[in-house]
Parts: sequence; structure tokens; C-alpha cells
Amino acid sequence: MKILIIEDDPSASTYLDKAFREQGHVVDMASDGLDGYSLASEEQYDAIIVDRMIPRMDGLSLIHGLREQKIDTPILILSALGQVDDRVKGLRAGADDYLSKPYSFSELLARVEILSRRGRSIPAEETIYRVSDLELNRLTRRVTRGEMEIDLQPREFRLLEYLMRHADQVVTRTMLLENVWDYHFDPQTNVIDVHVSRLRAKIDKGFDNPLIQTVRGAGYTVRDSAR
Amino acid sequence: MFAIFAGSILGYVALSARRLLEEQVNLTVNEEIKGLLSQFNSGGVLRLVRQIERRSNQPGSSLYLITTAAGETLAGNISSVESEALLEAGTYQLFYRVIEEGEPKPHRALIETIILPGGFRLLVGRDLDETDRFHTIILRAAGWSMLLILTLALVGGVFVARRVLSRVDHMTETTRTIMAGDLSGRLAVTGTNDELDRLAQSLNAMLDRIGELMAGLREVSDNIAHDLKTPLTRLRNSAEEALRVGQSSDAYREALEHTIEEADDLIKIFNALLMIARAEAGSLLEGMNTEDASEIARDVVELYAPFAEEFGIELVVNANEPNPIQASRELIGQALANLIDNAIKYSSDNKSSMGDHSVIVSVSRKEGQTLLIVADRGLGIPVADMERVLERFVRLETSRTRSGSGLGLSLVAAVARLHGGTLRLEDNQPGLRAIISLPSAA
Repeated sequence: MKILIIEDDPSASTYLDKAFREQGHVVDMASDGLDGYSLASEEQYDAIIVDRMIPRMDGLSLIHGLREQKIDTPILILSALGQVDDRVKGLRAGADDYLSKPYSFSELLARVEILSRRGRSIPAEETIYRVSDLELNRLTRRVTRGEMEIDLQPREFRLLEYLMRHADQVVTRTMLLENVWDYHFDPQTNVIDVHVSRLRAKIDKGFDNPLIQTVRGAGYTVRDSAR
Repeated sequence: MFAIFAGSILGYVALSARRLLEEQVNLTVNEEIKGLLSQFNSGGVLRLVRQIERRSNQPGSSLYLITTAAGETLAGNISSVESEALLEAGTYQLFYRVIEEGEPKPHRALIETIILPGGFRLLVGRDLDETDRFHTIILRAAGWSMLLILTLALVGGVFVARRVLSRVDHMTETTRTIMAGDLSGRLAVTGTNDELDRLAQSLNAMLDRIGELMAGLREVSDNIAHDLKTPLTRLRNSAEEALRVGQSSDAYREALEHTIEEADDLIKIFNALLMIARAEAGSLLEGMNTEDASEIARDVVELYAPFAEEFGIELVVNANEPNPIQASRELIGQALANLIDNAIKYSSDNKSSMGDHSVIVSVSRKEGQTLLIVADRGLGIPVADMERVLERFVRLETSRTRSGSGLGLSLVAAVARLHGGTLRLEDNQPGLRAIISLPSAA
């Protein structure tokens, strides 16, 4: 994955640079808005991470400018401003995701990875999600594993759907709260966990291959670990 | 402006008076003519002439003249008159001379000329001198009045202006002092309740509000400093301890993870403090829309229901009717989540209760307010403490051992305030009933 990071704080940018490279990604850095803008316009990136408050061209104007140029690379905003209306402003400017500082790297990584996959494979348009012998049909709302049909509540279905849409990717608790319940506040950690463990009980119990896995310090993932 | 107005009134009065007088004269003359004509009709020229002679000799009489067609005077009290009056019938305003006077001065008169059968000229008129004099008196009076009015207006104007200016200057002086930093200054209110007074009152009210906000700001920064010091110190201490004690990399790893947890807690506290500060400053949110309070309640309950079950608590929602409010779905959701989280925590502690382990969330409408209520059968809050508990970081004796930063309720109160509503705490007998009251949307 090729990422552009536009961040003016030197220690933050060094940290991000190192962290992403450790994950095996290619990173370009820019320390001001103008630099970042020209890089973003000229090169192809899988994702752009922009700090909102940068010199020479602020984050929101940069995003707005790129969108006007029809550049639709996924953009994630990092910002110390974390109130509800700040988020709304950022998304309205054309960003695809918004993370307030301080953040955990695993959260950032999970979100960037999901953003960058957008548009390439087209899981959003598939009607059937499959992981190992687990099958979810988005049209009929039926879930089966192997021969067995599994009965899910509507919310559980949405939860599984989101996990399976991002199969093999890490999904954080905050992302789950956002995408399954449409709330952005920081949940008490356990609230989401209980939902996932209920789902797990229905999906994985009695099967040799547990598909819903906990990723320590980050979140969850649906993965066929037998492969 | 007043002078102009007064002047135009006086002018109108003068003009009207003059017109009135002229009408009066006209009427008199016409009456006389009517009378004389009837004399002529009944008794001929002779009768008319005798009438004129008689009338002319009366004091304060009108003016009369009767001549032959050739212009020879038959009777009357006019000695001479401008010739045009003798030629044609009509109404004239012209000069005449009187017979009796030594030095006959020309007087102005209104004269009506009638040509009688036989070619006789009958002239009847009235002296206009009187009316002219009256008119002059009026004009002179008007003139003096105008002068007086102008003088008074000028003097008054200057006087008023100076007073107003001095008050405005005084206000400017006070505002300057305030801007220089003395926020305690206030504008003087004279008590007359005129526009300047009302302005001063409004400005004073504004200054009061600014003072409040600044005090709030100071308090917030004091609070932040105070409130964050403890967790920060805790964080530092645990990191330091790890350095001192743990030698194995596992121990270090654990210590570092613990440090991150503490840091996360700190961040939560900080964000909550920030939101509370914003709410108290009364800043309006951009993200407010018409939302359904019942829907939000159902969503949040659905989110927390499994969590509650783990603690043996049954979380129930009573919100089936739509209840529109003008709100940020995000913040209301978070506020409800805080209340529900609290309710679950304190309910599960209450092992002694009779087996009622339920938390009931309901949404209802009453007198233009939408009420979101979270009621539990837990430990409750002593009535005496209910006020205190809404302040930041106050955690009651009974809850010392629980985790959590104690910010929950004050955050809920702040969110309620931000939406123009309130948070009320009531004794649920037993337990706590927390009520968020918001203005209902249409």
C-alpha cells in the first residue's frame, strides 16, 4: 500500500513513517499543505493521511482542492479537534474518515487499510459474503455455516456483515460502533465486546474453525485461520 | 425640526385667518347688495339713492357709490375710485378715496360693481384696511413667535445635545476603562429609562455575561489543571514504578500497556472536560437536526442490553411514539449511554434489593418538554448529594471503589444544557431516576 502522510509535527511524522513501514507499506511524507497538495495531485496513492492544521495550506482546503480536481483517493483526517462538529466539517470537506488525536496506531492502521481497499475489490456490490464455510446472503438475509442455518437478530446480522465485508482486515471497536450503530462516541470497551461474543457464540460454537478472532490491542477480524 | 414644524403651523394659521377675513368681507358685501337691489326693485332709483344716503351716514358702514352711466355721482361715501370699477360689473380690489377726510389717503377696498337697468353704476364695498391691519398683526405675531421658537429650539437643542454628548462621552470613557482590563466597570444608569439608559442597561447585561464567561474560563482552566494532575501523576508513578521494579520484558510490557490504559483514561477525561467547557460557554453546535428521541433511546438500549445482561440487569426501553427534538444525535446518544452505564453499574452493586434488577429507559412528552428518563433500582444517590454530584469529579463515598472518572453525570448535564434543557435527578425509591428534559420540536 502506498500512503501519503501530510503532517508538520516532526516527531509525529517520524513515528507514523516508521510504524507504517513496519507494516510493509510504502510511505511518502510532506510537512506542509502546499507540498502535500502537489504530491497528492501528481502521484497515485492508496490513501492519504492529512493533519488538519498544517502550514501553507490547511487540511480542509487541501482536501477540498483535491476533490475539485476529481482526485478521489481515500483521505483520512487526523486532528486534535475532536468534537462532533469538527468531524462533520471534516467529512463535508470531502474526507472519508476522521480520527481525533491522540489515537492509537492500531486504530489508524485498521482504518487506513480499510479505506485503501475501497474501490478496488468490490465487496460492497457482492450479494454473498463467504469466509470458509460461513455464508451470508445480503439479499435473503440468510446466514449459513456448512449445512446449518444460523438465526441472527437484525443487529447481529449487520455486525457479521460488516466483519465479513472486511474479512482479513482488522476492525476496531470504534469502527464497529460507527458502522453498525452509527455512533461516534467512545464506547465503554465492554459494550461492543459483549455483542461480538454473542455473535461468536452463534457463529463459531461447535465448529473447529473459529472465524471471528480477537486481535489483541486493536479489535476483531473475520478470517479463515485454517488457510 | 421643531422650528420648521411650528413655522408651518403658524403660516397655515395666518393664511387661514386672512382667507377667513376675506370671506367675511365678501359675505357682508353680498348681503348689502342683495338688500339694496331689493330696494331698487321695489322703489326704483330714488329709493335706492335714499337708502344709500342713509346707510353711508352710519358709522362703520360699508362703502357705497351710485353713479349715472356717465359717471356722475348720485350718492355714496366714496369720493373717487379707480375708473375701471365704473366701467364693468365685477369684483375688484382697488384703491378709493373717502369724501370726508382732509387729506384723502387712498385706502384699499373690496368693491362689487353692479350695472343697473338705466345704466346706473352701483358700487358696494368694504374697506380692507382693517383686515390688512389685522393681517399685519398676525404676521408680526407669527414672526416674533418664530423668532422665539427658533431661539428656544437652538438653545434647547444645544442644551440637550450637550447633555447627551456628555453622557455618551461618559459611556465611552467607561468602556475604554473596561476594555483596558477592568471588567468590573459598568455604565452609569441615570434612571430616566430613556434610550441611553436602555442602551447602558443592555451593555451592562452584556458585560455581566462576559464576566461570567471569563470567570467560567478561569474556572475551567483551574479545574483542568487540578483535575488532570491526579491522573497524570498516577500515570507517571506507574511508569516510574515499572522502571524500578519489573525486570523481565513481560513485566515491562505489562507496565507499558498499563501506562497506555492510564493515558487513554486521561484522554477521555480531557475530552469530556473540553465538552463540558464548551457546553457551559453555551456554544451552539452545527450538527443539530430534528431527531427522534425515541429512536435514539431504542438504539442506545439495544447497544447496552447485552452488556447489562452480563451483569444480571434487564435493560428495558419504553419509547414507541415518535418524539422529535432539535438535537445532535451523537451527543444525546452519548448522554443516554452515560446514564445507562451508570445505572447498570450501580444497579449491579445493589445485591440487597428485592430482586428487581431492571433499568428502565423511557421517552415521553409533557408540557412542551421531551423527557428521556433512565430509572434504576440501584444504590441511588442521597437527596442531599444530588446537587453536588453534577459537579465535575465528585464521586460519592459509596462509589469510591468503582472505576470511572466521575465525569459522567456532569457531562450529561452539560449536553442537556447545550440543547437548552436540563438534567434532573430524583429518588426512584429505591434507586435513581435521571431525567433529561429537552424542548420538544414541533
